[in-house]
Amino acid sequence: MRGSSPRMTGEYQNTAAYMTSMRPQDILLPVASGLCCKPGGFHIDPVRPVERAVITHGHSDHARAGHGAVLATQETLDMMRLRYGENFAGTTQAIRYGEEIRLGDVSVRFHPAGHVLGSAQIAVTCKDTCIVASGDYKDAPDPTCTPFELVPCDVFITEATFGLPVFRHGDAGDEVKKLLASVALFPERAHLVGAYSLGKAQRVIALLREAGYDAPIYLHGAMEKITEYYQSRGIDLGELRPVKGVKKAALAGTITLAPPSATSDLWTRRFPDPVTAFASGWMRVRARARQRGVELPLVISDHADWDGLTATVAATGAGEIWVTHGQEDALVHWCKSQGLRAQPLDLVGYGDEEESETPLPDEAEA
Amino acid sequence: MNRFAELLDRLAYEPGRNNKLRLITGYFREVGDPDRGYALAALTGALSFKHAKPALIRDLIASRTDPVLFGLSYDYVGDLSETVALMWPKRVPSHDESFPGYPPPQPSPTRGEGAQLRARRQTSATTDRNSASDRGTAPTVPSPLVGEGQGGGYSGRDAGDALHPSNHNTPPPPTLTEVVTTLRTLGKTELPKQLERWLDELDETGRWALLKLVTGALRIGISARLAKTAAAALGDKDPHDIELIWPGLSPPYLDLFAWLEGRAEKPVNRDPAPFRPVMLAHAIEDADFAALDAADYVAEWKWDGIRVQAVAGRDDRGHVTARLYSRTGEDITGSFPDLVPSLRLPGAIDGELLVLREGRVQSFNVLQQRLNRKVVSPKLIKEFPIHLRAYDLLGDDANDLRELPFAERRERLETFIRKLDDPRIDLSPTVPFASWEALTAARADPAGAGAGEDADAVEGVMLKRRDAPYLPGRPKGQWWKWKRDPHIVDAVLMYAQRGHGKRSSYYSDYTFGVWTEGDGGDELVPVGKAYFGFTDEELLQIDRFVRRNTTEKFGPVRHVVHEPDKGLVLEVAFEGLQRSPRHKSGVAMRFPRISRLRWDKPPREADRLETLEKMLKAEPAEIEVGGAQG
Repeated sequence: MRGSSPRMTGEYQNTAAYMTSMRPQDILLPVASGLCCKPGGFHIDPVRPVERAVITHGHSDHARAGHGAVLATQETLDMMRLRYGENFAGTTQAIRYGEEIRLGDVSVRFHPAGHVLGSAQIAVTCKDTCIVASGDYKDAPDPTCTPFELVPCDVFITEATFGLPVFRHGDAGDEVKKLLASVALFPERAHLVGAYSLGKAQRVIALLREAGYDAPIYLHGAMEKITEYYQSRGIDLGELRPVKGVKKAALAGTITLAPPSATSDLWTRRFPDPVTAFASGWMRVRARARQRGVELPLVISDHADWDGLTATVAATGAGEIWVTHGQEDALVHWCKSQGLRAQPLDLVGYGDEEESETPLPDEAEA
Repeated sequence: MNRFAELLDRLAYEPGRNNKLRLITGYFREVGDPDRGYALAALTGALSFKHAKPALIRDLIASRTDPVLFGLSYDYVGDLSETVALMWPKRVPSHDESFPGYPPPQPSPTRGEGAQLRARRQTSATTDRNSASDRGTAPTVPSPLVGEGQGGGYSGRDAGDALHPSNHNTPPPPTLTEVVTTLRTLGKTELPKQLERWLDELDETGRWALLKLVTGALRIGISARLAKTAAAALGDKDPHDIELIWPGLSPPYLDLFAWLEGRAEKPVNRDPAPFRPVMLAHAIEDADFAALDAADYVAEWKWDGIRVQAVAGRDDRGHVTARLYSRTGEDITGSFPDLVPSLRLPGAIDGELLVLREGRVQSFNVLQQRLNRKVVSPKLIKEFPIHLRAYDLLGDDANDLRELPFAERRERLETFIRKLDDPRIDLSPTVPFASWEALTAARADPAGAGAGEDADAVEGVMLKRRDAPYLPGRPKGQWWKWKRDPHIVDAVLMYAQRGHGKRSSYYSDYTFGVWTEGDGGDELVPVGKAYFGFTDEELLQIDRFVRRNTTEKFGPVRHVVHEPDKGLVLEVAFEGLQRSPRHKSGVAMRFPRISRLRWDKPPREADRLETLEKMLKAEPAEIEVGGAQG
């Protein structure tokens, strides 16, 4: 079903065509190392080290170490520094939302993607053709990052993590209420919430605070640094405590956030009869939650749901849609049924960050 | 309906019994009459209406969605009700049609995050569009048509969201009461339209629960007993008390809840054939015999069937009503209509439900074909003739015999059965013995000690004190069960899976196998799965072994090393063996549990499949059934 795009590769090699008329695939083209912008001389979210990288957001499948020069928002650069150390790239350049930079023959402009703190869509304009590479995005509110901004364009590159009509995420606030109701019902048990360390965890904490929960929230060691960074950017998360060293009995009735992989491992033995929750868009599908042994699925996603994807695609006004990682088939089918040109871009190396987060070693004390 | 759906949803994920109870009790406390009563009825299987067929659900979704998108979604989700519940697109009302004279509905400004987002979306869309045209990069195609239902552009989505109940023009979602009472009276032709309306009104969880309810497939792992226990907890009552009055109650159980909440007297069970709480036995240990005098006890065979209470009584007009109860008091009469005509004498028999063919008791595996059947076909009744083997009499006509000593009840029982004179009901014989040694010998050889050809269906002996009254529960020293020794095999641990709840971080579910000859020499073939029988200390040891000897991981399942010289041998005890076409090994164990860890034994010395096959007796009836069904 999901054929590769040899047609595009073939046309790209025809440089004469590139000189005369600017077709979208002359501006951006999927290659092994990522989305390549030949006229601009850079790659977007490259999965291999390249000379010049333009990066949408800080998740590890999009932001990797070892590039020559990196252009990204200040937050994304900071997150890369936190994860990879000071020397994660040769040189770096920060760019603000709305700011435009000329790179080679193209101009590049960053717009908020609403995915996580610092996440951006990248609008690449060459002559009169505008392509928006949206990276990962969501059109739902998130108290921890700048809201998604709709960018009209000719070609819209969209993710499709939740690209099936069964994925319709409700109000995240309702999911947090579910969690709080469970905490009230089981005051002698600990509640362990699996959430991706970058973005999801901080959003869940912020939502808990919005819902009026003002008790200290406990953190798995792997979340401390990034959460402190969020706080340093002025995001109010209330009182947070490391869970390490806290007595088992003292954790009754509390909420702890941990990376998803930790919620099913030895690490959970320090908690009194834990209720295992998991905050993810995948939790919409019951079998998926059960496979993971989740007792309290919380449908909270940092990606656009089906309605969000289709609404966004339509609203950009783009006549051509390129669909990257996720459930490409359904979204491509939908675009075509709406009279839009659409095709999957078979980019390798991007996945759902929740699924790809490296499990902790068994005996890790984190 | 949405609140009930929320409960079902949560129960479906909750593995712990006590936590399930708390969730259900919490629901009963929070939700008023009559909704909670219908919820109790749904959980106890006491609701009756014609169920909707899956084909009807498919037709409904086909009329609303793109077939390609439905196909991809169904493939992904794997469950029809859930797929439909998740992707059900709400109908976008045409304004002039539904609300003549009204302005088009606006999203409610009070609706939390969503509303703000919509507002922002619209403004940002407008401004950006303007600035885009200023820049001269006009979109190459116009926006696709809006209002197409699923994902039809921004305006479409807004209109869809405007269907939220907070809007004045949308009916509120149906209550559970409304759904149940409507379904009872609804004609077949009206069902699709009605379902469609409800699906439009409910949220996702509500739609899921509705579809589960109307297709008759709740399957959330809640027994009727558990639901009644949760209700009892509401008023701090004994669940047994509910069982006693249950047959006289009907949904929505207003009188029951009134009593549980202390607002009314206990409802009187006017049922002519009520359930009586059963008396249970303790397992006897070798050391117990020293303190017991053989002369004080009567012994019977312990049959490997289903403990039941068969009750018949006269109603106000003198008609005899008959009911069959499980040991927990669930009414199972509907599953055994063939036994009802035999229960024509008023009285209450305590006995064992068995399948008899040509006078011979069949194994539990055969009986199993008759259990948990929704529909009892004439074919099933003919091929699996049901039988009641009586061992106690709790009531004789209007007389309550429970205060009488066992020996006296036994005499009354013998007279009762003689008088009944029915081929479907007979007496469980006593096993004569003079000393514990004699009984030991009888237990070791039931065939030679009077059980004859039925010996295969004997799973041990029961000891009952001659002077014991019939006491509910498990009173000490009155009744003992002395089970036959279980079968034992040595098997090799092959896969381990994480448990749930308190065990969620432990590998506590084990799949084990025995050796058999494969294409490339001897190989292990899985023969069963066990998740108890070991001590907490042993669980820690196995867990450590699993973590250190994992060869592959598949989600929550780990492949554990199992080679002739590397691996862990588990001594597995089980009660019986059954042919099973569903298992690769062709056999399935009954009640398997880990009895010992054999760290000392190399896997190559574990048992072989041939050993298990020898234990299997040819049971042609089962093979026939397997063939007929599959």
